Amino acid sequence: MIWEALFLGLGYNATLVTLGACILGIAGGFGGSFLFLRKRALVSDAVSHATLPGVGLAFVLMVGLGGDGRNLIGLLAGGAVTAAIGLLCVNWLSTRTRLAEDAAIGAVLSVFFGFGVVVLTYIQTMSSGQQAGLEGFLLGSTAGMLQSDALVLVFAAALTLGLVLILRRPLTLVAFDPDFALATGRNVNRIDLAMMGIVLAVTVVGLKIVGLILIVALLIIPPVTARFWTDRVDRLLLGAGVFGGVSGYVGAAISAAVPDMPTGPIIVLVSFALFLVSLLCAPGRGVVSSVVQHRQYQRRVHLRQGLLALAQGQPIYERLTQRLMEQRGLIRGDGVATQAGRAHAAKALLDEARWHVVRSDQTYAAAALHYDGLTEMNSVLTPDQIREIDARLPAPQVMLP
Amino acid sequence: MNGSEFVPLSLVPMLIGICVAIACALPGNFLLLRRQALIGDAISHVVLPGIVVAFLLTGLVASVPMLLGAAGAALVAVAAIEAIRRLGKIEPGAAMGVVFTTMFAGGVLLLEMSDTSSVHLDVEHALYGNLESLIWLDATGWSSLWDPEALAHLPVELPRMATALVAVVLFIAVFWRPLKISTFDEGFARTMGLRTGPLGLALVVVAAIAAVAAFDAVGSIIVIAMFICPPAAARLMTNRLETQIAWSVLFATLAAVIGYVLAGYGPLWLGAQDSVSAAGMIATVSGVLVAGVALMGPARN
Repeated sequence: MIWEALFLGLGYNATLVTLGACILGIAGGFGGSFLFLRKRALVSDAVSHATLPGVGLAFVLMVGLGGDGRNLIGLLAGGAVTAAIGLLCVNWLSTRTRLAEDAAIGAVLSVFFGFGVVVLTYIQTMSSGQQAGLEGFLLGSTAGMLQSDALVLVFAAALTLGLVLILRRPLTLVAFDPDFALATGRNVNRIDLAMMGIVLAVTVVGLKIVGLILIVALLIIPPVTARFWTDRVDRLLLGAGVFGGVSGYVGAAISAAVPDMPTGPIIVLVSFALFLVSLLCAPGRGVVSSVVQHRQYQRRVHLRQGLLALAQGQPIYERLTQRLMEQRGLIRGDGVATQAGRAHAAKALLDEARWHVVRSDQTYAAAALHYDGLTEMNSVLTPDQIREIDARLPAPQVMLP
Repeated sequence: MNGSEFVPLSLVPMLIGICVAIACALPGNFLLLRRQALIGDAISHVVLPGIVVAFLLTGLVASVPMLLGAAGAALVAVAAIEAIRRLGKIEPGAAMGVVFTTMFAGGVLLLEMSDTSSVHLDVEHALYGNLESLIWLDATGWSSLWDPEALAHLPVELPRMATALVAVVLFIAVFWRPLKISTFDEGFARTMGLRTGPLGLALVVVAAIAAVAAFDAVGSIIVIAMFICPPAAARLMTNRLETQIAWSVLFATLAAVIGYVLAGYGPLWLGAQDSVSAAGMIATVSGVLVAGVALMGPARN
């Protein structure tokens, strides 16, 4: 079943939903990256909660006008309207009052969601049977979706993704360096507004698939995941798109294949699994790699200190240092230096003496910045420079036993 | 409305609503000033998996295991947010977003996959709560308040919530000075020898206790609203912490009372038959209060 689902073998509707979730994930990853870089990730939380009253009111309105109230486009449009109002409220509260942005976000999300709940309980009393499907907007539900609904979703997701791709250059610039963008004469406010528009679009399209409580995850988790793998903005965007797309695709496929699996939570958990793997295994910023780097650094420090101790004829007491030096054949088991040990120790001492000259001479100020007690001199200075420094070293003295 | 109707049907839910509102608003004041307003949001999302796990482990819908499960989940969440922030060098907002969405998703999945249909445990209930159902059937009127027989059958949520409120008040009263100093000037507090780290954690734990105690009765949405809205409105009224706390208690009480009355009787006045969600209406009223103060409050800028 799972394999069939992953290879789109579960029928036309399931295929549409899976593709829609995949496109939505890509758009969410891109859009969320801009939010993440702007350090405004949680604004999306307010936006998504603020869709609930709109969905409910649109239902009431459509029923009032004589429809059956379940038209997906109408419901999503309603959600978009109140989400936009919520967004404006967050902006207004955080810029025009003394409330900080997090308080504004919290106030808007709780109040709009509370009002949405009021509308939902009102709908429940309207007449039985009609509200079927509205709960699906809380946590996302794609099972039993109409074919027309699935088509709408794929189309809307593709449209959102197109919007992100068209706007990516100015958005990247502002997200990464708003001051520079302002200095080069761009309208940062308008670009921020466009960013929020994209977040809004992703949220509204994701309502039916992921649900309004969990859609935030598709905007936040993929960019955070991608951040572990790169320091470059364009690769961050690309990575976030890939992680989001994979989460949407795999999550929707699993939920289509296994009965009673809610779509939204599965998509979120898949994306968290990707996050966890990245947190642990990413090169450079991952936990495993940090531990390895730390260990390597520790070994280099201990070796260096051990060599300097040897060179100055001091005994080595530190266990790790002893072991490292023995492993490398620098000392014997009883702590006496080997031939190689003495050679390396002399070199370390010479390097240290050279560094002393470099750090006390202003002309080498740039090179002196590299000093950390570990860096070898010939990786920083040219042989000519080193020769010049050697000339200034005090003449070697005969060591008396 | 006479006592024989009001006391059994509305008095207890209203009192619980007031207790919840004040118990959440009090720590909310400090969280707001510390720029941690969304901690309440995160806590109320992660409480769900804790409750579900506690239910699956014990098979009981009893309050003690659920409280323990929820408190455990809150601590796990705080630890996870901190771990992601430090290990991954991720900014706190994003770390929080990763953790609470994931834990909530996990809770929903556990709920859907296990057979909890026999008990009163579902996602809607967790979000909206069911304040209206906490009626006091043994009461006959105001005189029941002095009737030990009837008092013995009070809904357990009321004493539980009252206890949580007392705990919150005690915490803030005992740690008033260190809390105040560390909230406004953490560096100064540290030079005075105050241990700001444990104090901040204690504040989060107290907030979690209030949230967890409230969760079963009123759902998470009102908890988030009460953590943020009354303190935010109070913040726009004054520059003094003492006055701000007094205002926040007043706003919380107003929201609870007006919200409950509007939910129960508002639709009837408008000609509808049934009441709407009290929790949702209380959150809505608190938002109206914030909006009003944001437009007209004396210290809004």
